[in-house]
Amino acid sequence: MLRIKNINTYYGQVHALKNVSLHLNAGEIVSLIGANGAGKTTILNSLSAITPPRDGEILFEGKAITGLAPDRIVEMGISQVPEGRQVFKDFSVADNLELGAYLRFRSREKRSIIKQDMEDVFILFPQLSERRKQMAGTLSGGEQQMLAIGRALMAKPKVLLLDEPSMGLAPLVVQEIFRVITRLREEKGTSVLLVEQNAKAALKIADRGYVLETGKVLLEEKASDLLENREVQRAYLGKEKKEIWER
Amino acid sequence: MSHQILQYILSGLSTGAIYSLIGIGFAIIYNSTGIINFAQGEFVMLGGIMTWFFLSVFQLPLIAAMVLAIALSTAVGVLFERLTIRPLRNASPLILVIITIGASILIRGMAMLIWGKDTHSLPMFTGSEPLTVAGATLLPQHLWIFGITLFIIAVNRFYFHHSISGKAMRACSHNRRAAGLVGIDVKRMVLFSFAISSALGSVAGIITAPLTMTSYDVGIMLGLKGFCAAIIGGMSSGIATVVGGLLLGVLESLGAGMVSSGYKDAIAFIILLLILVIRPQGLFKKAETERV
Repeated sequence: MLRIKNINTYYGQVHALKNVSLHLNAGEIVSLIGANGAGKTTILNSLSAITPPRDGEILFEGKAITGLAPDRIVEMGISQVPEGRQVFKDFSVADNLELGAYLRFRSREKRSIIKQDMEDVFILFPQLSERRKQMAGTLSGGEQQMLAIGRALMAKPKVLLLDEPSMGLAPLVVQEIFRVITRLREEKGTSVLLVEQNAKAALKIADRGYVLETGKVLLEEKASDLLENREVQRAYLGKEKKEIWER
Repeated sequence: MSHQILQYILSGLSTGAIYSLIGIGFAIIYNSTGIINFAQGEFVMLGGIMTWFFLSVFQLPLIAAMVLAIALSTAVGVLFERLTIRPLRNASPLILVIITIGASILIRGMAMLIWGKDTHSLPMFTGSEPLTVAGATLLPQHLWIFGITLFIIAVNRFYFHHSISGKAMRACSHNRRAAGLVGIDVKRMVLFSFAISSALGSVAGIITAPLTMTSYDVGIMLGLKGFCAAIIGGMSSGIATVVGGLLLGVLESLGAGMVSSGYKDAIAFIILLLILVIRPQGLFKKAETERV
């Protein structure tokens, strides 16, 4: 459903993505793992046209979306939940969600339908429901992450791009967020491209995974295989060489 | 004496209302682009002078002349954004601010060529029979100024807090990147902000022209006063800037009346300097703290 072919993305002179190709099937959860600076976030930003690739091609449902403006990408059905949540802090929770549906308001979709979708987000994240009127900046980190995901869902995406959703959160909250991601796939068939430092947790819920290093795709395998892969275990899952060999 | 003070306060409030409208224009553009648009005063001039032009040269009725003047000033504002700000989107704010100064000189120069250096006056909207309020005199035009300003502030507030496109505009100013990611076209919002600001400026210019006259160079001083109002208000596009403008207008008028009218403008700039040195975040805003 989403296919990246040989893209190269630059930050000024810095060559951040080197001939990266990957794909995401409908209803799939795919995780991108790799060290800091490997290019994980850059892949998401290339997809969202925040840092458009200099060459290569991005296909979505068979159509080329390379070169489209960020708002058109959202309109096509690809929403990003950015790193560090980036909620609108001086807006209420409800306003944040409403802004997530901005393009649907612009295309004159019925307000009642949008309202209903907002209620669905509150069902997904009951904690937010109690805080509708509260300013987003006063929410806890976990709640802000939930709000950021909820805001992206308000655009009714077919593909959700998640950038480090577990960053800085307590393990229990991380669990809850990952549970919601799998639930979304089951209930709505949303495909998810998940960027994570927490490689172990990400690979556990993912179908497939890509390992990135310095702007290149190093490995592509089933997530369960990556979890077993010794090199991956050593480099990204925090296991010592000794543990791996003594097993 | 107390009658006189009331008089100063009332006329101060009416000039202050004008400063508020201009100040809100500054704030709206600052919030969407991070730049101070020093051409803001020129839209005030354009509003007044074009109304005069359509009224006296084309003999249009007052209301038609006003609507046309507002529409044309807005068009100039939109053109200004398209020709200068958008092509240089990635330039540093300093460069953009200097460009707005250049644009202001250009607009003023063109106005001088088209309409000459004379001072023109507009008729009062509804007669010039003064009213007496507790010993102070007010002109009906003052009431128009208060009424129109209040109306605009209310519409402004409704737009920015209750309509989706107003919220989107605020969202751009708070977090541009996140706004882009939810599909808000940031460039379009910047264009909107220029349109709204120039429209507000021209309205201010029109409603004040019957009292203060208009000419090609009224924009300089009014623009700077509006800038003061916005600084006092901490660049908020809401009530803080309105209060800033009213405060400035009243202090100026009291100063001019009780000390010397020669110091009228100096008072505004002393306030500006004091605010910038002591409370650069504005008079009413707490220093920013952010929860990460």
